[in-house]
Amino acid sequence: MGTRLNWLVTIAVLAGLAAVPFFVGTYKTTLASQMLIFAILAMSIDVLAGFAGRTTLCHGAIFGVSTYVVLYLTSIDASSPWLAAVLGILAATLVAAIFAILAIRTAGVYFLLLTLALGMIIWGICLRWTSVTGGENGIRSTIRPDWLLDSANFYYFTLAIFVVLAFAMWRFVNSPFGLSLQGIRESETRMRALGYNVSLHLFIGFTISGFFAGAAGALYAFFNGFVSPTTVALGQSVAALLMAIVGGVGTLFGGLVGSIMVTAVQDIVSVYTDRWSMLLGLMFIGAMVFAPEGILGKIRTMLASRAAQARPAGTPPNQQRR
Amino acid sequence: MDRRKFLKMTAAAAATSTLPRTAVRAADPIRIGLMAPLTGVVAAGGREVVDGFNLYWAKAGKTIAGRPIEITIEDDASNPDTALQKARRLVEQSKVHFLIGNILANTGLAVAEYVKSNGVPYFIPIIAADDLTQRRRIANVVRIAGFAASQTTRPLADYAYKKLGYRKIVTVSQDYTFGHEQVGGFAQTFTEAGGTIASQLWNPLNTSDFSPYFAQIQAAKPDAVFAMELGADASRFFQQWAAFGLKNTIPLIGGSNFSDQSVIRTSGAEVDGVLTSHYFAEGNDNPATVAFVAEYQKAYGILPSFYGASLYLGAMWVAEAIKAADGNVEDRVAFLDAIRKVVLNDSPLGRPVRLDAYGNPVYDVFIRKVTRRPDGKFWNTVVEVYPEVSQFWNYKPEDYLKQPAYSRTFQGIKKN
Amino acid sequence: MTAFLALNSASFAALLFVVASGFTLIFGLMRIINLAHGALYLLGGYVGLVIGVRTGSFTLAVVGASAAVALVGCLVDVGLLRFVKDNALRQVLLTLGVAIVLDDIDLVIFGGDTFTVPVPEFLEGPVSLGGMYYPKYRLFVLVAGVAIYAALWLLLNRTRLGSLIRAGVDDAEMVDAMGVDIKRLFVYTFMLGCALAGLGGVMGGAFLTLYPTADSEILVFSLAVVIIGGRGSLLGAAIGSILVGFLATFGQVWFPEFAYFVIFGPMAILLAFRPLGLFGKAA
Repeated sequence: MGTRLNWLVTIAVLAGLAAVPFFVGTYKTTLASQMLIFAILAMSIDVLAGFAGRTTLCHGAIFGVSTYVVLYLTSIDASSPWLAAVLGILAATLVAAIFAILAIRTAGVYFLLLTLALGMIIWGICLRWTSVTGGENGIRSTIRPDWLLDSANFYYFTLAIFVVLAFAMWRFVNSPFGLSLQGIRESETRMRALGYNVSLHLFIGFTISGFFAGAAGALYAFFNGFVSPTTVALGQSVAALLMAIVGGVGTLFGGLVGSIMVTAVQDIVSVYTDRWSMLLGLMFIGAMVFAPEGILGKIRTMLASRAAQARPAGTPPNQQRR
Repeated sequence: MDRRKFLKMTAAAAATSTLPRTAVRAADPIRIGLMAPLTGVVAAGGREVVDGFNLYWAKAGKTIAGRPIEITIEDDASNPDTALQKARRLVEQSKVHFLIGNILANTGLAVAEYVKSNGVPYFIPIIAADDLTQRRRIANVVRIAGFAASQTTRPLADYAYKKLGYRKIVTVSQDYTFGHEQVGGFAQTFTEAGGTIASQLWNPLNTSDFSPYFAQIQAAKPDAVFAMELGADASRFFQQWAAFGLKNTIPLIGGSNFSDQSVIRTSGAEVDGVLTSHYFAEGNDNPATVAFVAEYQKAYGILPSFYGASLYLGAMWVAEAIKAADGNVEDRVAFLDAIRKVVLNDSPLGRPVRLDAYGNPVYDVFIRKVTRRPDGKFWNTVVEVYPEVSQFWNYKPEDYLKQPAYSRTFQGIKKN
Repeated sequence: MTAFLALNSASFAALLFVVASGFTLIFGLMRIINLAHGALYLLGGYVGLVIGVRTGSFTLAVVGASAAVALVGCLVDVGLLRFVKDNALRQVLLTLGVAIVLDDIDLVIFGGDTFTVPVPEFLEGPVSLGGMYYPKYRLFVLVAGVAIYAALWLLLNRTRLGSLIRAGVDDAEMVDAMGVDIKRLFVYTFMLGCALAGLGGVMGGAFLTLYPTADSEILVFSLAVVIIGGRGSLLGAAIGSILVGFLATFGQVWFPEFAYFVIFGPMAILLAFRPLGLFGKAA
């Protein structure tokens, strides 16, 4: 796959995203903003799941912690939502770091369950610590400054942040640090033998992944103006994981593809039937059985096999990313 | 906030939200966005929200001032996040002229916050969050034919102290705004009369197991228990209360929706004799109520619950306002003005309903008792009437508004 | 009050045990974390409800629900899980998808209302126990839980199937190498585990009621029980259920703000430092 193709695809996608408000009304533009926010969340999960090989069920909770902190702070003092956003992201990163310390001792299914339990603790706190989080009522606080009230303006704002964060994540997973995370995914023992501090790498990877989830959460606070325990519930982590899987774990931008697909299915299908949840479940099952590598993953494998066929015999293939 | 500020706010909001006077053909439909919890903890009541609303239009016809009425229904799943998403969809995609409905206070508050920013009228015949007509009124959110949570439980507190002779009560309630306020209204009136609240228990929405709370109730040895539960939580509370043998040992009185028809309809003897207070009682022998109940039974085969009756009233109210505004719902200023001026003279309550200066109706509140009819079904009959109860009870509004809104931490309890 | 709370904890623990024992068997033998276990519980409850209402017989409801859910489990295992046998994570996520689909099917058939499984009249109402009243049905659940523990113990320790299962929990490859049809064993165990979930659904549906989110609630508790008690261990499931039952009940009373933390805190700590739990055996 040549870099020129990569660039063309990137530009085409960006152009397409930028054109959205011109073609659809305010409702769909708002939906598109939501898609981008969840794309960041799904991509943050992929940073850990796809590149470090650790799948989580707690990123929804980390995301929601940021939202809660931002809205809580602005509900008591509305003067600087941007400072609140920074604090929200910091809080989410801190939570991710704490989770990381506990979780890096495990792997695979146990890791998944541990993150599930940690996410549930956050949910339980948000549900029952009524004096701070509002409990069942949640926290309401419309914090968008005037220039972001228009749905198209907010969409471009979100798109800009998405581009910055996506680029940052892409640079991160392709950096030497990111490559060592991939090494850990391939074989922990080998990396240890090579002298890498696996635990430290995983800890940093988890925390940084949490940072991005927190950034998405802060953006969500501006988007929604409301947060309730649903935002930190297990369902949120499951939905975001589904997006990452459908798009393609290990492809990073699969998160964007997955977010668009899942949100579109949810929105379009729910006009015709109430059974969109069943469709999501079937997609999950289908993905696991037929296409665990997701949409982008499938495309990559197809392109790679075509490249392999075109290659003269004997030349080694490039590094494959699963 | 005082009256003058409120009116100024209304004018400001209306000015920013009046749609340009484009040529609206008389035959353009009036699009109504109806939201109800069709799934979740109050699913049973949610269905009746839709039924009650539709019953009115079925009777009165779906055309006003030459314009057909189009109703789009969305499920808020008893969840504020979902309610917000659906509200957005109704307003931005289905382009409804106004929103109406919802049951749980937290869903209503989420939607109210949303419409605050875009000026879409939102009518709440059931959402009873006190502050929407007290300290945090929103110009385009109007409580048509609805009530403030603490309004209806105060008479019961008075009755409990004076007529039933209770002196020490434990309250158990769902832990969200409506619960805090219904209990707060009760607790403040009860303690100001001289009683004590031994302890207050709060359970999350969708509690399946009340046994931990029963343990604490028994330990406190109260004269009675005041329970504010609704929907599935109320059903489970009743069942477990009886299963634990508490029905015959501790008297049980409840919040306004505790013994709602949607709960007691499918219950057994465990609900018999429970006292609650509300401005609607399906067993009321007032001719207007009797006629309404008969009509509802004919259409749906069941006795109406408070949820069905409120949306019937709500539909009636909206229809009156649309007529008064001559079908022009696009002019939000005129429409909201018409809404506020409506006086329902032919309501199933058998008395006129109008808004007070702060936008909340004044009612006769009934002390109701669950009784068994000859055909074996249970319903709420009237035991006593407290006339002309406003959201401020006997307090002066300006004084009352100085105290904070009821919450987990403030329950208006006077130490005796 | 403490005696009252203790009985509440014990009866809740009994129900948890029934459900979690199925979960731990499947996890222990097949290394599958069946996230659809809660959905199977709810499905069993609904099936039991329908049978109970139609026939008036609680026994039929219990038997019918267990059988129905076992059948569904068989279909899921043979029809879906075998495609992802090589990858534990994929299995887990597939069962998550199954849970979502089952839940929606339930929603279509039963709607959003809350239902109670009918119990025989002699189990209704309270019984007087040394100065306090306690529901007869909850005592029945407690007794049933103990009985089921005994039955399962007998099955595992006194039958050939049981010894094969225990051997398989210790070392599935060895059992396979010894010529036992390990695939058939897996399917039977999966069906047994699912049947227990369905049975739990009927039992639980009678005093905790059935409603759309009941499945994720019981699943999360089952996870806590199995993690704390240890993979594949019946005794672990029993001890874990008692611990979780007591933590949940007393936690609700003593620390209502941190009720969930009291359960998931220990689960998280155990997962971090001793994933095998209290009685689990190493693979």
